[in-house]
Formats: sequence, C-alpha cells, structure tokens
Amino acid sequence: MVTETVIIKGHIIDSLIFAKVLDTILQSGGTFDISKIDVGTRREDPTIAKISIQAESPALLEKILQTIQPHGAVVERISDCSTMIATQDGVLPDSFYTTSHLPTQIRLKGQWIDVEAIEMDLAIRVRFDPLQVQAIPMANVKKGDRIVTGRVGIYVFPLERPKSRDVFSFMGAGVSSERPYKHIIADIAKRMWLIRENRQKILTHGSKDFNHNIGTKVLFVGGPAIVHSGGRDVLSWLIDEGFIHVLFSGNALPAHDMEASLFGTSLGFGLSAGCAAPHGHEHHLHTINKVRGLGGIRQAVESGMIKDGIMASCIRQNVDMVLAGSIRDDGPLPDVVTDTIKAQGAMRAALPDVGLALMVATTLHSIATGNCLPAKIPSVCVDINPAVPTKLSDRGSFQAVGLVMDSSSFLKELARELNWSG
Amino acid sequence: MARLLVCPPDYYGIEYEINPWMRISNAADLERSKAQWLNLMQMLENSGAELEKMTPISGLPDLVFTANAGLTCDGKTVISRFRQSERQREEEYFKQWFVEHGYSVVPLGVESYFEGAGDLLGFTDIWFGGYRQRSDIEAYTALSKIYDKEILPLELVNNKFYHLDTCFCPLSDGELLYYPGAFDSYAQETIANCIADNRKLVVPQFDAERFACNAVCIDRHVILPAGCHQTMDLLKHHGYMPHPVELDEFIKSGGSAKCLTLALD
Repeated sequence: MVTETVIIKGHIIDSLIFAKVLDTILQSGGTFDISKIDVGTRREDPTIAKISIQAESPALLEKILQTIQPHGAVVERISDCSTMIATQDGVLPDSFYTTSHLPTQIRLKGQWIDVEAIEMDLAIRVRFDPLQVQAIPMANVKKGDRIVTGRVGIYVFPLERPKSRDVFSFMGAGVSSERPYKHIIADIAKRMWLIRENRQKILTHGSKDFNHNIGTKVLFVGGPAIVHSGGRDVLSWLIDEGFIHVLFSGNALPAHDMEASLFGTSLGFGLSAGCAAPHGHEHHLHTINKVRGLGGIRQAVESGMIKDGIMASCIRQNVDMVLAGSIRDDGPLPDVVTDTIKAQGAMRAALPDVGLALMVATTLHSIATGNCLPAKIPSVCVDINPAVPTKLSDRGSFQAVGLVMDSSSFLKELARELNWSG
Repeated sequence: MARLLVCPPDYYGIEYEINPWMRISNAADLERSKAQWLNLMQMLENSGAELEKMTPISGLPDLVFTANAGLTCDGKTVISRFRQSERQREEEYFKQWFVEHGYSVVPLGVESYFEGAGDLLGFTDIWFGGYRQRSDIEAYTALSKIYDKEILPLELVNNKFYHLDTCFCPLSDGELLYYPGAFDSYAQETIANCIADNRKLVVPQFDAERFACNAVCIDRHVILPAGCHQTMDLLKHHGYMPHPVELDEFIKSGGSAKCLTLALD
C-alpha cells in the first residue's frame, strides 16, 4: 500500500469539485481519508481540504494523482522523515518518534517505506544496505542505531474496514454485559475455522496456496480462572482439535492446570466435589515442585506424570507457549521466563502470522499482549469484570472486541460453535 | 451604460489552428470580416454600449477577441495568461492598454493559465469559471481571493466549447442561456443547484454549434450570431430582444459576438 497527501482548495463544495475528486479516487481503485477540511465562514471564503490517498501500487497512485490533478488537487510536498543516531545502548535519541500499533510508513529519499514489526510505544530504527525499517523497543536500541525522530515524513494508516461483515467490522464497539454475545462468538468461531483451514493448506500444500490476510495462527492468552471456573476440559479440546497455536500465560494457569491433573483440584478446591480438599492449598506447590524436579512441562507430560489438561494438549499439539513470570509467582515452573524483557521478546517472536488473538480471564497478560499486537489483528478480550476489556481499550488496543462473561461459559459457547459435543 | 473593449479586425485571419474550428485552409475573408465587425459594433452601440477601441497589431490575428484580454472588475484588472504560445504574445499589448488607460493591474499570483472573461462569467453574487480546456482550476482560487467572490469552477468536456463563453451566457435579469452538453455531469448539477429551472434557457445543440451562447447581453438586448432561431424564440419568450448579427467569418476562428468584446468597469 502506498500513500500520498493532496491539498485542494477553492469553492470546492458548491461546485461539487470535492465530490468529483473523491469519486474519481474511488473509481480509479484507490481509497482516501479526509485528513482535514476547513470550510470558510463566509460564502466567498475558500474551503481547504487535505486528502490522504491510498493505492495498492505506486503506479496506481501515480495514475490517480494524474487524474485528479486537473481538478486542482495538488500533492502536498512532504519532506523525508528525520533521524538521529543513538549515543548509548538502551537509550533513544531525544524527540524519538513513538509508534502506534497501526500500520505505519516513513518517507526516506522520497519513497514511502513500511515499518516492520509495528506495535505501540516503540521507536523506529532505520538501517541501510540492505534497507530495513523496523519498530524496536527502547531496551533493544544500540549505540549507533539510526532512529526516526519528530513527526514529519511519517504516515499512520487508519484501520481498513474489513471487506466481509463480521464482528470485527465493528471493532471497538464498546464493552457491555447488556448486549447479546452469541453472534460475536459465532463470528469468532468462523474466523477460527478459516485460520485452521488456512494453516492446513500450508501443512498439506506448502506455502503457496494460503491467504496471508487471514493468518495461520490463533493466539490464546489465558489466566488461571479458566481452570477454577471449569474451562479446562473445553480449552484442552480446542487445542487438541487444532484451533489454538500459540499460548501466552503466566505461572498460575499451567500450575493449576497440572494441579488438576495430579490432584483433581484447582488452588486446593476439588473441581468436581466443589469443596476444599484437606491441605489443598499445598497442591499447586507440590505440582510445581514435581515439574521442577523433572525439568519442565514437556518432561512432565512426556514422562506420563501429567496425563490430561491444557498443558498436556499444548505439548501434544506443539503449541508455541510463552509463559511470562510475575513478582508473586510460586516456584516458578521452569518454563516461566522471569526476565520481563526476554519475555517481551519471546511474545513478539511468536506473533508473526497470528490472525486472531483471544484474551481470556487475565488482566496483565491481556494488556501486555495488547501492547505487542498490531491493530490489524482481530482481537477479543473476555472477562467477567468489564474493567478489563475497558482497560485494554483505554491503553490503546481500541480494536479489541470486549465480551463481559465468565471464561468457562465463553469457551464452552465457542467450542459448541466449533462442533464440540461436551 | 455598458463600456466594452473592442479591437478592429485589421490584421484578423486564420494563421494557426488552436481549436477545432480553426482551419488554415478555411481562410477568413478580411473585407467581409471588417464589414461583419462594423455591423456588430453598430448593433452594440444601438443597444446602448459605449465602445473603447484598442489598436490592432500586425501578426496578432486573435487580438480582435478582446474577451480574452483578462478580467476587469471593482477597479482591479487581471491580465490573461494564455495556454497557447500563439496567443501569449497578446498579453503584453492587453496589459499595456489597461495600464495606459489608468486601470490597476494586479498579478494573478499563481503559475496557472487563465483566459480572462472568456472563461470567467457570472452574476452579481456568484461567478463561474470554465476549466480543463484553457484555464486552470487553480486560477479561480486566486481570483476569488483577488475579487472576494465565490467562483464555482465548471469542467468543460467538449473541445468545440473550449471557453466558458462559448456555452454559457448569464443574462441581465438573472437567467442563464447555456448548452449543457459542454459540461461534465458535476458541472451540470452545480448549474442546476444554482439556477432555478424557470431561469435556465437551454440552447439546442444546433444553435450551440452556431455560437448562440456567445452572445452579448445589454439590459434586455441580446446580440447573438445569426441563424440561431430556437434561441431567439427562447429569449423572446423570456422578455429579451434578440438581435442577430452575421459573424460567420469569426466563427471560422471559434469566436463570435461575446468573444469580440470585453466588459469594462
């Protein structure tokens, strides 16, 4: 996608010149955003409009610009972006540009270049020979890196409206427990079918035949409430059926999942009996200790100690797991990454090709994931507490669809849409 | 009283081809041209116009079409910037005439083509600017600032009607005589939005191609080329007095009554 900004001024409203220019852009195969429009206060005053035009290729953009130029649309001369050299490892130059999670381009030597690995709150590093423009976190900057500064020569694309009508076409429609959610879950399920199908195409026919726009992975971000609320079996089923390919979590979800496998409890409560088991509060510590003794979750599953549940399914299905630790973790499990910068890096590394993110019953991991996700990835945040999806949205992940409901109910509804018979 | 700038056709002729009407092989008869021009002048004076004559220049055959000298209004004159190099040589003579006659000449201020009152016409409160054939649309943004007027640009899509005054003629009482086929659909809609249906006098193609719209309106008198019978009927129906004048020698060049005059302040 390439873009150019044009300015058009004059008595463009009453003369329908403005309408003609916009119609012409669409008819030529481009799209536009009206970045600014100043309508004069008197009839004699001119109107000034700034239009950003997007096209699939530089040739099409040039054709559109040539077609609208005779109607007075002139290209706004934009300078290249400015850059500065970082003088210390881990420290960005003053006035560095802070990214959003929307698709972004920078202008270098008159050409617009896509920023790779876009996510919010990063800086943009430019490398030449070969040219590479990438969003990087502050901690990864090295002395001598060339970093984009200021605001000139940077274009942030608004989110495109999805071509098919589904729940994600009204992303960010607000959070409420008062709205029907069945159709939303049906749309999520539909997308999961598509992604699984797309993934299978790669596995069976190589990489030529799949749809890049849909993605090939579903990311699941979950908290331990899934286990407490009885969602363990259904989540295992979703993993076993090949609907989930990446899991982000912390220490607690795997600990309580494996506790359930070993002791039939979650945080000491009998999952079937529904009452506290004697000395049940120790169960998760014994679980963690046993897994530590074996060296990790994979060993615990492969040795046959952990026979069922979410972790067992993840190991069997080769799900890419990133378990990020926190300060209050017990143990933690050997698989938990306790260095937060390393954990961020591992999460980022797992994101390419993700086509749907489901964030269920976890505040901190949902927000952390939201921070890493480009806005174009359809995202769903499910929590019994409306504050969680709201918080996610307020922290910038406005594209996430919020569902206020119990995690286990959500997973069961979703699985039923995917032909679960439990 | 209407004051009009005119230029005698002493050096008029078809010496180049810059519009679909002009054919060097279809030469103008100079004596006949002079007679038709004098007849037109007589008709203009009879209708109440006062004429200012500029000196014709050898080698500038189109200087006779003074409508393209520029635009003068509210004490300010903007001289044309012609698209064709053949007519660009006229600019200095038009400018000289205005300066010598005490007009305040102001620059257009943009590097755009603008062919004067040939492309910019209007009513008291609203003006219209033809673009795409000769004048550039950007010129009208500059002109609306100079004259503090609303100017609605209209796209001309038929090269037979290359100036707005070949297909669009505002009349003194607010009616519009025009040929819709010369405009794109957006311009037609703009005209429809600005002029009430009962004030639009739609000229048929046959008359339009005889330059019926290239008419001079002085009060209730409308001086137009001969042979435009349906247009004359339309004008009479709306209370105007049409005066046909034989101008076929000038139509060979793509101009007629209106093109041969420029309204002065």
